[in-house]
Amino acid sequence: MSSTLSKSLLNPRRHVGVHAERVSDVSSTEYPGHYPNEDHSWDLEKFKEDLQVKVQRLSQRSVEFDLVGVDASIANAFRRIMIAEVPTIAIEHVYVWNNTSVIHDEILAHRIGLVPLSADPSLLDFRTPTGFNATPNDRNTLVFRLQVTCERAPKGSGKEYINDEVKSGDLVWVPQGEQEEVFAGSPPGPTNKDIVLAKLRPGQEIDMELHAIKGVGKEHAKWSPVATASYRLHPLIVLNPAQPVPAHLADKFAACFSPGVVRVAPGGAVSVDLAGMRKDSVSREVLRHEEFRGCVELKRVRDWFIFNVESEGPYAPERLLPEAVKVMREKISSIRAAAQALLADADGDVPGEATSKDTDGDVEMGDS
Amino acid sequence: MNSQNGAGNYNSAGGFAAPQRQDMEYLCADCGAKNEIKSREPIRCRECGHRIMYKKRTKRMVQFEAR
Repeated sequence: MSSTLSKSLLNPRRHVGVHAERVSDVSSTEYPGHYPNEDHSWDLEKFKEDLQVKVQRLSQRSVEFDLVGVDASIANAFRRIMIAEVPTIAIEHVYVWNNTSVIHDEILAHRIGLVPLSADPSLLDFRTPTGFNATPNDRNTLVFRLQVTCERAPKGSGKEYINDEVKSGDLVWVPQGEQEEVFAGSPPGPTNKDIVLAKLRPGQEIDMELHAIKGVGKEHAKWSPVATASYRLHPLIVLNPAQPVPAHLADKFAACFSPGVVRVAPGGAVSVDLAGMRKDSVSREVLRHEEFRGCVELKRVRDWFIFNVESEGPYAPERLLPEAVKVMREKISSIRAAAQALLADADGDVPGEATSKDTDGDVEMGDS
Repeated sequence: MNSQNGAGNYNSAGGFAAPQRQDMEYLCADCGAKNEIKSREPIRCRECGHRIMYKKRTKRMVQFEAR
């Protein structure tokens, strides 16, 4: 990967310039009609060739991956879909029978709604305003009970109270109808069982029923499957071979960048590799020093997006991009259907339009 | 947050409930003892003499949106 990339990394058309007080060449210029005698019409084969997706770091809850070779609009669309349109399940309706704790019903209901649940959203339908899913049933609602009473602990047990903290782990899933079999593999519950929801003292009691439904983050942030989903452009540090950094200033030069970015050889020669550039924060400190003028250029690669996604909820972090792609494809197919309906309408009025439908060079989309 | 008042103040017939002539129980703000207080009786705890009482929470279910 790095060998082919580093070759084309020197392509100035991919560079966003980072200067002391401004950035330059922010927009892509490779669109049809900009360069004479160059064909920049969209081509699937060329796109496939340029596109690269690579996971750089993966842990239980977060992933860092590179998305190379797409326009910012596409990368941003995936970021926004991950935050706002990948569905999850969260508690929406709270039915309180008793709550004698010091925390008010409204606040407690709000806190409970924000608890991330581990239930697989594909097993549930969305609630709809009309039809079969307008009312709660076992296909669209998960039921939890929260029944906690605080008592004084018996003498000698080592603690003063029993149940003095109501935690997310106290939520008890109550299977409805066929849910016992449908969710047999992984019973729904909070992803984190140690979230403190309320504090109690002896005699205080909480008794409520909670209904969780499927939703998306644009409705309310509690349905967002991610804690963060963000990207940055890959930093590029270009040393000028015609004007090397003076050996006696090598350490000062290295200190202008994030730790581990610039390597200083024993002789005082400085070098930067691709792994080092990735770590840089592009603070532009090096541009403030007169003695390094002309030694280095700071840039970013316009179509190299370093995504950082933290999953909170049912999806493994590496599943979030494929889920976002799935959502995007659904949006595209609905737009395609709408456009075709529009074209069919126009065909009725204007004869001869029908021929243009098949010659638009569109790409056929398969199933996801 | 718009439905929380609905369940508490209305009876099942739809209108306001007529004030029922049953004895009201209150909780003492100081010692927590249950107190039956009839109308025109002095508001005073039988156990400790405290003069502040709390009304009991409704036994009805109250609905909220978790937002």
